[in-house]
Amino acid sequence: MVVKKQNKIAKHNEIIKAESKNLNFFYADGTQALNDVSLPVYENKITALIGPSGCGKSTFLRAFNRMHDLYPGNRYEGQIILQPDNTNILDKGVDPIEVRMRISMVFQKPNPFPKSIFENVAYGLRVRGENNKRTLDNKVEDALKGASLWQEVKDRLNDLAFNLSGGQQQRLCIARALATEPEIMLFDEPTSALDPIATMNIEELMSSLKQKLSILIVTHNMQQAARISDYTAYMYLGKLVEHDNTNQIFTNPSKKETEDYITGKFG
Amino acid sequence: MAEQKNNLLSKNLGLIRSLIVKQKRYDYAFAGLGMFIIASLTIALLILFIDLVIDGYPRFTLDFFSNFPSRRAARAGILSAWVGSSLVLFVTFFAAVPLGVAAGLYLEEYAKKNWFADLIEINVSNLAGVPSIIYGLLALGLFVYGFGLGQTILTAGLTLALLMLPIVIVSTREAIRAIPIHIREAAYAVGATKWQVCLHHIIQYSYGGILTGIIIGMARAIGETAPIITIGALTFIAFLPPSPIGIEPPFLNFEWLNSGFTVLPIQMFNWISRPQLAFHVNAAATGAVIIMLTLLMNGAAIKIRYNIRKKIKW
Repeated sequence: MVVKKQNKIAKHNEIIKAESKNLNFFYADGTQALNDVSLPVYENKITALIGPSGCGKSTFLRAFNRMHDLYPGNRYEGQIILQPDNTNILDKGVDPIEVRMRISMVFQKPNPFPKSIFENVAYGLRVRGENNKRTLDNKVEDALKGASLWQEVKDRLNDLAFNLSGGQQQRLCIARALATEPEIMLFDEPTSALDPIATMNIEELMSSLKQKLSILIVTHNMQQAARISDYTAYMYLGKLVEHDNTNQIFTNPSKKETEDYITGKFG
Repeated sequence: MAEQKNNLLSKNLGLIRSLIVKQKRYDYAFAGLGMFIIASLTIALLILFIDLVIDGYPRFTLDFFSNFPSRRAARAGILSAWVGSSLVLFVTFFAAVPLGVAAGLYLEEYAKKNWFADLIEINVSNLAGVPSIIYGLLALGLFVYGFGLGQTILTAGLTLALLMLPIVIVSTREAIRAIPIHIREAAYAVGATKWQVCLHHIIQYSYGGILTGIIIGMARAIGETAPIITIGALTFIAFLPPSPIGIEPPFLNFEWLNSGFTVLPIQMFNWISRPQLAFHVNAAATGAVIIMLTLLMNGAAIKIRYNIRKKIKW
């Protein structure tokens, strides 16, 4: 076990933040969406998951904050170990709420609450019992700055979040996820509903965020994975085909299937 | 060559146009039929209502609202009836709303989706369609005799609450279901508990629909006669229940809950069953008042729903 971990560090020379081990996942209807996936998420790095639709990359991502627990009948097998405390976040004894407080998520479609901009960002703090006005003000400001949205909204924090553009809404959702200072942030195709300029903003934002935390992103867009990620994993039919340095994956993949997908011969 | 092509094109265009005209006939036919039915029903209702208003017109005075019923038709008023109706609805509201909203929330957000939930769902929908006289009999057996509450405002309020409960539950569930799944996921994703999600999001985004259901339920309750007669409401009543608000501490008293009462539809029923025509005028005026109240409540429901929908976008 220890040897294997050291090997991984040796292979990529990175610190592991979280790692799935032999992860299987079954939906309530019995379909197996993940098949024996073992994949590390490195600290302060962006790991991108690519693969054709239905390959299980979103399912994998959503296992990291136990989103699947919201729907009855879903079943995990295997482990996701979160470091440095070595917690298996899939363990029945670990409350999914604790996991979601440590690992936050940004969704495909911007999904702000029908509340004010301020309340959207403050919500994660409020559920943690934070009611001090000054603390909330400071943390909301920090989060909005961290999500490069502060300049655009500082004069209208009490406006409804729906009055923002799509790209701004998505950055608001990032600010909401950021406000609680998570250890890992999950992005589920965060730019697929946005125009190219908004996409560029979000990509720059993600690159700056990795100073503070570790990022796991699912993307449909291979150029995006190549642009922003440090490591890329290619998944197909619920299995992990290849995981390596992004450069390596895009220039010299070791598996034929990866090469076919990346060069557009397949997928 | 080009001319030939143009000829062909115009010929095709002619065919397409005549096809569209032909197919659109169904649109016009259906729209016309719909308009005709809606218009004829609305006009019929309007005529009946206007007839009622004209019949009752001589009684539309302040005295009519501030007088007790009397043996002399011209001096008779609906004071005890509208006060009774208001107090009964007050009880109904406070009994049915917390219970109904909580039940809807529980069934939608907490209960496991299994055969038992399905069974409850079918029963709740079914209850909404049960004839109101059945509720009256149930209340007579349970509240009047079983719990010994007597023929009081409390009994009537609880009876109408039973009647209103399924409407509140169903509309609460509908309103909650309209909240998109991604809003729930967003709240759970920052670490909210189920209760926090319900309190901060589900209730707040669905209260427009819930309120609509409540008002529609109340509008139904205000016109209900059969269950109130069944539990034995008085038909002639020349006193008011004790006032709920006192001038001495503790300022609130609940004696009015145990008071006898009458309600608007019973007052109307009482007058219309008299042989003297003068009382029929009173009945018509009361009927117009009930319809106006129902109309006002339903109008308010539509307005509230519209205002809240405008504020919340997904």
